[in-house]
Amino acid sequence: MNDATATAAPAPAAPESPTAATLHRMRRHKGFMIGAGILAVMVLVGLLAPLLAPHDPYLQSLAKRRIPPIWHAWFYGSPRATTLHLLGTDQLGRDYLSRMLYGARISLAIGLSTALISAVIGTALGMLAGYFRGHVDAVVSFLISARLCVPLILVALTVVALVGSSLMTLILVLGLLLWDRFAVITRTATMQLANADFVLASRAAGSSWLRILASEIFPNLANAWIVVLTLEMANAIVIEAALSFLGLGVQAPLPSWGLMLAEGRNDMFFNPWIIAIPGAALFALVLAINLLGDGLRDVTAPEGRGGALA
Amino acid sequence: MLDVANLSVTIAGRGGAIRPVRDLSFSVARGETFCIVGESGCGKSMTSLALMGLLPRAAARSATRLALDGTDLRSLPRRAMADIRGNRMAMIFQEPMTSLNPVHTIGSQLREVWYRHRGRNRAAGEARALWLLDRVGMSSPRERLAQYPHELSGGLRQRVMIAMALMCEPALLIADEPTTALDVTIQAQILSLLRSLQDELGLAMIFITHDLGVVSRIADRVAVMYAGRIVETAATADIFRRPAHPYTRGLLECIPVPGRIARRQPLPAIPGQVPSPAQDIAGCAFANRCDQVRDACATARPPEAGVAAGHLVQCVLYGQAGSELSCPS
Repeated sequence: MNDATATAAPAPAAPESPTAATLHRMRRHKGFMIGAGILAVMVLVGLLAPLLAPHDPYLQSLAKRRIPPIWHAWFYGSPRATTLHLLGTDQLGRDYLSRMLYGARISLAIGLSTALISAVIGTALGMLAGYFRGHVDAVVSFLISARLCVPLILVALTVVALVGSSLMTLILVLGLLLWDRFAVITRTATMQLANADFVLASRAAGSSWLRILASEIFPNLANAWIVVLTLEMANAIVIEAALSFLGLGVQAPLPSWGLMLAEGRNDMFFNPWIIAIPGAALFALVLAINLLGDGLRDVTAPEGRGGALA
Repeated sequence: MLDVANLSVTIAGRGGAIRPVRDLSFSVARGETFCIVGESGCGKSMTSLALMGLLPRAAARSATRLALDGTDLRSLPRRAMADIRGNRMAMIFQEPMTSLNPVHTIGSQLREVWYRHRGRNRAAGEARALWLLDRVGMSSPRERLAQYPHELSGGLRQRVMIAMALMCEPALLIADEPTTALDVTIQAQILSLLRSLQDELGLAMIFITHDLGVVSRIADRVAVMYAGRIVETAATADIFRRPAHPYTRGLLECIPVPGRIARRQPLPAIPGQVPSPAQDIAGCAFANRCDQVRDACATARPPEAGVAAGHLVQCVLYGQAGSELSCPS
């Protein structure tokens, strides 16, 4: 081991910084790149929906109901399919492509905001339990068990049925229900970190517990909770779609993918594309987020994790 | 400057209370290096944590006197104690590899200490950090500020830890085996660094170690700890030249001497085992291993006797006045 003293040469050439190393691993991780790519496209589409959408997503036209998507003209010679409506129109003659584009906003907004609300609740509880242990831990562990005993969809259904459904209710209900995994993971990780020498060193420097949690422990937890964040996001999107499908989620005429699936279910046999398109989009989004989460875990903590896609 | 009387640490456990530190009394003067030396488990680290008020939750501290520069630390509320930590008394630890937070740069960790006690002034904190990094012998301190702990070796990290401890010009530095995890050449560098910093800044230092070689290099005064008690206190030269307590003498005999190894003599060892900290010890803790044990050793705590100026020993051999003459040497 060599110890550079004042007399030694200037600082040695910096080894690859951790950020650069992580970026490098990201680029080499196929699953991560695919997931990130799809998600990036979806986010862009959602953000730019007003610019990209060819029509008003709410504009009904009874004369132009159930126009099939453009590939019906190519493969089945459908005379009604038109480039004017690339993905056709729905039961009320609304342009399907425009509705899909606006629907991406809803899915992403719900996924991200519920996951963030859950992350705040779960991480806070988990860190408190892991740092203070004892009574605090007992209370938090009880809350986690209590939360795990609650059937998620049933409670969400009940609350929405009682309070009435709106986007905000949906986000709050799901956000208040999906924090358990955050709490479990941060709790154990905090317990380990609380015994770390640098935490003792920080206490020896006079730091308060809040400072230690915020500045010493939390940054070291980031890897863990960002992975959970992506997984919970996918989870929230699927639950939103399920609730909307059941008619208790996002309310018509808002274009939610789950709701579009529900509205298309009568046409399932004769116009299968009406449910195939939002279904495929939902599938792709959830898959992308899960790939991203999986990839993030591999990339940020690469030791001992191979993974078929790595 | 630091005045400690009858400091005890008790850890309540299921099998009864454990007392790793029992009735320690000592004082440290400004500019002085006070070494606490003892084997593993004798309560050295617990003592340092007790002084800093950083004992684990299950442990309780008691003392009849615990004062830093006249401030009574016993009754201080938590908040006020935290204001003193890192500010008037600071600490460095054994493991430089894990004592720095891997996610923050050296600079931000140094500044953080400054912010905590001197207010949020980035320029002032950075200037102090730069000056200290230079003082602890780090090359190109400005570049170091932007580096992460993993870019530094163990010796450099320990230098950063020292700089961090000195950020707010503490009056007292507690060093808990700061060189144990380092290899011998780095150890020597860190020791001479601490020595010179101490002279320059007028620090009082409590230096905890199990290594008598380190003691001889850095200490002004030495306290030998055994089973949670200080058995002998003396100036460094006195400890090495005229060890009084049988335990101290045993320790010194255990130091490997090159000639002895050449003659293929086994390294002497003190027979027996350290009593468990859970045990109640009525008499002298060393009685069961002592080669000069008397009847009185088992029953009563040996009185503290002065064998020379500033040389105190807890042993019945020196109990009565004039008994120094009987000191077997």
